[in-house]
Amino acid sequence: MIEAVGLTKRYGEKLAVDDLSFMVQPGVVTGFLGPNGSGKSTTMRMLLGLDRPTSGGATINGRPYEQLRAPLCEVGALLEARAIHTGRSARNHLVALAATHGIGKRRVDEVLDLVGLSHVAGKRAGGFSLGMGQRLGIASALLGDPHTLILDEPVNGLDPEGILWIRNLLRALAAEGRTVFVSSHLMSEMALTATHLIVVGQGRLIADASVAELTAASGGAVVRVRTEEAPRLRELLAADGVDVTSTERDLFTVTGLSSTQIGKVAAEARIALIELTPQQASLEEAFMELTRDAVEFGTPMAATTMEVAR
Amino acid sequence: MSVIAASESGQRLGVTQLRVINSEWVKFRSLRSTWWSVGIALLIAMGLGVLFSALRGHDMSVHGDIEPDQTALSLRGFYLAQLAVGVLGVLFVTGEYSTGMVRATLAAAPKRVPVWVAKAAVFTAALFVVSLAASFIAFLGGQALLHTYHLSGGGKFIVNNGGNVTTWGPDSVLGVSLGSPGALRAVFGAALYIVGVGLLGMGCGWIIRNTGGAIAALFGLLLVLPLLAQALPSSLQDHVSKYLPLLAGTAGMSTIRDTNQLGPWAGLGVFALYVVAALLAGVVVLRRRDA
Repeated sequence: MIEAVGLTKRYGEKLAVDDLSFMVQPGVVTGFLGPNGSGKSTTMRMLLGLDRPTSGGATINGRPYEQLRAPLCEVGALLEARAIHTGRSARNHLVALAATHGIGKRRVDEVLDLVGLSHVAGKRAGGFSLGMGQRLGIASALLGDPHTLILDEPVNGLDPEGILWIRNLLRALAAEGRTVFVSSHLMSEMALTATHLIVVGQGRLIADASVAELTAASGGAVVRVRTEEAPRLRELLAADGVDVTSTERDLFTVTGLSSTQIGKVAAEARIALIELTPQQASLEEAFMELTRDAVEFGTPMAATTMEVAR
Repeated sequence: MSVIAASESGQRLGVTQLRVINSEWVKFRSLRSTWWSVGIALLIAMGLGVLFSALRGHDMSVHGDIEPDQTALSLRGFYLAQLAVGVLGVLFVTGEYSTGMVRATLAAAPKRVPVWVAKAAVFTAALFVVSLAASFIAFLGGQALLHTYHLSGGGKFIVNNGGNVTTWGPDSVLGVSLGSPGALRAVFGAALYIVGVGLLGMGCGWIIRNTGGAIAALFGLLLVLPLLAQALPSSLQDHVSKYLPLLAGTAGMSTIRDTNQLGPWAGLGVFALYVVAALLAGVVVLRRRDA
């Protein structure tokens, strides 16, 4: 479990991370979401003891990172900028890291195999593509078989095949019961992998909730209904707090009622339904709604650097 | 995925000073730049030592002008070899910063002092062994070549080295042995000096983090400082110059005491103070600043 309490980092005048407190629970993928420059990488570096917080602190399994006796066996980390010496082979890079913990070479070959780099293990990392570098980073994160993984923008700059690989790996790791903390500025990516979300904007905590809660909070669920007797069903559904909008003659959307309720009403009135689909508000919409304030009251920079996934 | 609860040797997994040293040793030997730097340094130290000995030996056999410190002559290649070793010391540290590797290093070994200790230990051990070997080969090779020459007839030279009087007469065979006064100490002195230059480079690396900046600082300290000292009033010059790193550090490489230099051990001692100061400043920066 990762816990941050009042984590703050100031660079001169700028507050990169502002009094951030959160907990990352084991067993699920937790997304760390925020626009570029919102302090995600700084926060992750502070979790790993690489940057010293101006105030506040963070613990991993109850202890500050630098006090862990076998950090690689508790936390595996993939940092945003490649943390690999370009002149060293992939295998030697891992052997050197493994040596700090007394982890054997057999495990090094195991993780190389796991990330699919066995065939280039002897090649210098400087010649690796972005995707191969990312795989090597993942391999070093998995060296100590840690229960917790901290991954900074793991899909950044990857091709579709690489993205799919990371996505499946994250799901597999979480399915094994590990704590996975992944940062991203891509909401669509988080929607596919994360169960829980910690959203930051301008270094401040904006939301700490499950993906389901976040999407529910943004406008609630919408149900799409298609029937040949649309006017009659709309009349039956009309009530306080129920909103029906229509774009086609046979088709309308309902907010304020669940699909179960709509189905029952239709059955009682013996109306044949052609379609009855509950629709989630997209995570992207939820994110835009959440960060709107942070962006509105922030500098214009924050608004322009926000990348919206398609 | 297998759960690894213990290392293959059955010991508990975790960071120890010895393991961090082992890790730094893997890093040190797994870079091509290490082998290039060491190879070039060895080649220069041995090659130039032997070459200078041959040239001066020939010169002495023709012109009859004695070179009093023939030990230092065969070790002269170390003055150029120090560039390669200094750069290697700098790169061993700054290479981590320029590539971002330092974040992986410190994520694996979060306590910073052991990493600093490990790098210095690995560098010292590895470079001392090869430098000492190079120093012996340069000396023995150089002296063997000198030994093939005779001092040309005519002159008679008396070399008084702190009470040890050597007389070179016409037709004396040139070259000295390891047993001659100060020779063995000079051979060790050359190796100690060049390892010190590398460690000074590491100190600059920890403080500055940038390769170019650290190399400039190192060689500014070693090579430019003595030139600047020449601008001092002559009464002050000699007193200052001998305490500067280059003159102090190389004092151990000669067998004949230059009046403007400190004694061999005093010189190496002063040089060691520079090295220790740079490394200590480095560890303070390493501990204080964000990685």
